[in-house]
Amino acid sequence: MSNPTHSQQAAIMRSMLGRARGLGSAKSGTGHWWAQRLTAIALVPLGVWFVIGAIAHAGASRAGIEHWISGPVTATLMLALIACMFQHMQLGLQVVIEDYVHSESCRVATLLAMKAATALLAILAALSVLKMALAG
Amino acid sequence: MADVREALMSGRNSEGARVRRPLSPHLQVYRPQITSTLSILHRLMGVALAVGTLLFVWWLAAAASSDAAFALAAGLMGSVVGWVLIAGWTLALWYHFCNGIRHLWWDVGRGFELSEVHATGKLVVAASLVLTVLTLVAGAAMR
Repeated sequence: MSNPTHSQQAAIMRSMLGRARGLGSAKSGTGHWWAQRLTAIALVPLGVWFVIGAIAHAGASRAGIEHWISGPVTATLMLALIACMFQHMQLGLQVVIEDYVHSESCRVATLLAMKAATALLAILAALSVLKMALAG
Repeated sequence: MADVREALMSGRNSEGARVRRPLSPHLQVYRPQITSTLSILHRLMGVALAVGTLLFVWWLAAAASSDAAFALAAGLMGSVVGWVLIAGWTLALWYHFCNGIRHLWWDVGRGFELSEVHATGKLVVAASLVLTVLTLVAGAAMR
């Protein structure tokens, strides 16, 4: 490799090794880390609450499920569960994809597809709860 | 331009020739240990739970849609295949739940001694198995 010209050096201002070592910060890493912990903490009581509710309604009829979900407290907690669960899931899957999908174009495409899918699932779940809550 | 991280991979072998350093860790040369096994299980169970949300959303949307849609979802969940899926997701949920609490404990800076890491690891496995059996038995009793 020929030596960079003066103007090229001005644009880079760092050696290759310096740039590699300087990768350091993951840009929005702290926000991601914190959001994952925050949703994890919220999912502890919400998860226990949902499992108990699901056990209590195992094998219930559609009317029984509608009656349960449409109560204002249940609907509120269900919406909170959906919000925390899908955010936590999106953050987790993002890390998995970033770790294992190495080609940049493939990684970006997979991330976008995953984010779209989780967002649509969350909207569908929330809308289903709202439909039952507002109809009842 | 070549990946700048390549700069960190450049080294010399014992004869002085320039070589590209191998990537670490070499997972295949490590004996599986409770620490590494539980760690990758946490990720695997998390991904499994993400797949499980498809059933959760389908069940919820079916309940909000029509009797026919709900009968289809309830029919699958009441079948043998449905029970196996639900049992698997229950185990994944309780494992990810218990090990997640273990992670939060680490996040506040506790439990890093090797003896503690091993003890909490065994506790997580035992607790998730007990909670899974309790959940499935209670669910079966309510049907």
